[in-house]
Amino acid sequence: MIIQESMLVQSQREIAHNIFEMKLQGKLVQEIQAPGQFIHIRVSEAFDMLLRRPISIASIDQESDEITIIYRAEGDGTRSLSKRNEGDRVDVLGPLGNGFPIAETKAGEVAYLIGGGIGVPPLYELSKQLTAKGVTCVHILGFQSENVVFYEEEFKALGETYIVTVDGTIGTEGFVTTVMENLSEQFATYYSCGPQPMLKAVQEMYANKKGYLSFEERMGCGVGACFACVCKTTERAEANYIKVCSDGPVFPAGVIAI
Amino acid sequence: MNRLSVELPGLQLKNPIMPASGCFGFGQEYGKMYDLSLLGAIMIKATTLEPRLGNPTPRVAETPSGMLNAIGLQNPGLTGVMENELPWLEQFDVPIIANVAGTETADYVEVAKVISTAPNVHALELNISCPNVKEGGITFGTDPLIAEELTAAVKAVSKVPVYVKLSPNVTDVKEIALAVERGGADGITMINTLLGMRLDEKTGKPIIANVTGGLSGPAVKPVALKMIYEVSQIVNVPIIGMGGIMNAQDVIDFLSAGASAVAVGTANFVNPFVCPTIIEELPAKLDELGVEHISELVGRSYRS
Ligand SMILES: Cc1cc2nc3c(=O)[nH]c(=O)nc-3n(C[C@H](O)[C@H](O)[C@H](O)COP(=O)(O)OP(=O)(O)OC[C@H]3O[C@@H](n4cnc5c(N)ncnc54)[C@H](O)[C@@H]3O)c2cc1C
Ligand SMILES: Cc1cc2nc3c(=O)[nH]c(=O)nc-3n(C[C@H](O)[C@H](O)[C@H](O)COP(=O)(O)O)c2cc1C
Ligand code: FES
Repeated sequence: MIIQESMLVQSQREIAHNIFEMKLQGKLVQEIQAPGQFIHIRVSEAFDMLLRRPISIASIDQESDEITIIYRAEGDGTRSLSKRNEGDRVDVLGPLGNGFPIAETKAGEVAYLIGGGIGVPPLYELSKQLTAKGVTCVHILGFQSENVVFYEEEFKALGETYIVTVDGTIGTEGFVTTVMENLSEQFATYYSCGPQPMLKAVQEMYANKKGYLSFEERMGCGVGACFACVCKTTERAEANYIKVCSDGPVFPAGVIAI
Repeated sequence: MNRLSVELPGLQLKNPIMPASGCFGFGQEYGKMYDLSLLGAIMIKATTLEPRLGNPTPRVAETPSGMLNAIGLQNPGLTGVMENELPWLEQFDVPIIANVAGTETADYVEVAKVISTAPNVHALELNISCPNVKEGGITFGTDPLIAEELTAAVKAVSKVPVYVKLSPNVTDVKEIALAVERGGADGITMINTLLGMRLDEKTGKPIIANVTGGLSGPAVKPVALKMIYEVSQIVNVPIIGMGGIMNAQDVIDFLSAGASAVAVGTANFVNPFVCPTIIEELPAKLDELGVEHISELVGRSYRS
């Protein structure tokens, strides 16, 4: 069920340049079904910044009713969110959307988790859940530069982790595909979240593999009522639109036209 | 006594609050969050004769105290709405106002004829003012003669009262209001969105793929109030007012300006529970103002 809740800020810290990790506590956590679902955050009590901001759930702790989000303070809204402190309350709508299907990879199999920039966060909870059920996770994480890399240690603790940066300041120089070219294709499933050009490249490179991609689109309502967040599917000759917020954000590879 | 009840052509409203067309889909999403029977009415998303896919994305952009949208009337078409959307809404005790759109008169007439036969559709709202569709649409709402003729053509086939939704993107909204009244409109709804645009700071290019979009939200409230104030004093039909309503005080303002009921649009995105919240808060507002029944407030801005 979707809940609107005033969640308690448990902590807030800058974990890389302009990248913030925020822990939120509330009842809503019990409603989360899958990694890759997101929340819709109201960033201002006033009406100046009207629309909510969609942010993925990066980590879930149902025992303590806590979730972690990781976001980039980029525009006015996320910058204002980054000013919240421990003890403050944040108006959250969620959990929204359909996440990554972990049942698609069996214990003993290998999964590739491929993330780009601020698309990396939802892969963390995904990796925790896959690892817990006995899947071997390989992480390929791309960033612009060393100063915006985050959660390297956290991912390493879960499995093999490759860091790639565009400027080569840390890890391999290039894109996630640069690393993928040198990796074996002996894996069962891939899961990916990041900018569209990256999703496109990943999908093309693993055209014969089972994969799941998480998409972004500008949102109005976040719940499926306004038709703002649609994207084109490959399904029919004449374009057919589905909604990222309520049909996605995660779709099987090949469903969305990119 | 129900202090919030409102009676309008075709509509016995428990209260004057209804979600605005396009901001509430066909009810299913919000229907999972609360009991839709609480609402005065529901204005469902625009229905066109054929299914429409709408405009490319991005379709929305935020602006100071507002938002731009260019959805482009995406909807499943008349048959889809009749078969899948309206029957689902029958489980709730709430009248439906069907928003009818088209690119030519014949489309409007056909949609109106069929959709007005649905058992829960108690009124039509003619959308002659959507700024986001290239063909038709907008000329219906900006030319008084065309607006009058379209209203008359739809009135002739509709089984339920017809409300006409006015565009604020005109030189003189009063002229169009009088024209649709002459055409036989049973009521007026206003305002639709104001045309606007927003540029990306880095690239200087428009954010909305359609280049321009319709502005809604608190930023447009003063414009809506002014237009309702002007129109309500010269027409004899009731007005359902909308444009930036976020809370109970905004509702009072719209009634004071001359609206008999209101629709809440963009606010649903900010707070999905905004309609039931406003309904709950209204009685206390009436107490504060010392009025027994909400209708006493209608038009008090110009009444002596
Ligand atoms: C399903 C989903 C999950 C996301 N998860 C994360 C995450 O975990 N961490 C993170 O940092 N970012 C995430 N994003 C992107 C994030 O929503 C935007 O960066 C953020 O909304 C920008 O807001 P702002 O106030 O900084 O920017 P502003 O420019 O001030 O925002 C103006 C408007 O544009 C919208 N907007 C701007 N960029 C985007 C975008 N890329 N996607 C959607 N709407 C946008 C905002 O929501 C707002 O309505 C996600 C987006 C989606 C759709
Ligand atoms: C996303 C969105 C979609 C809309 N779609 C429609 C529509 O299909 N038909 C219509 O008559 N008005 C449509 N409107 C206009 C609203 O019904 C309303 O007139 C306008 O938004 C002003 O009210 P508000 O400021 O409370 O949102 C739409 C508005 C928005 C924001
Ligand atoms: S954001 Fe409204 S339908 Fe997806």
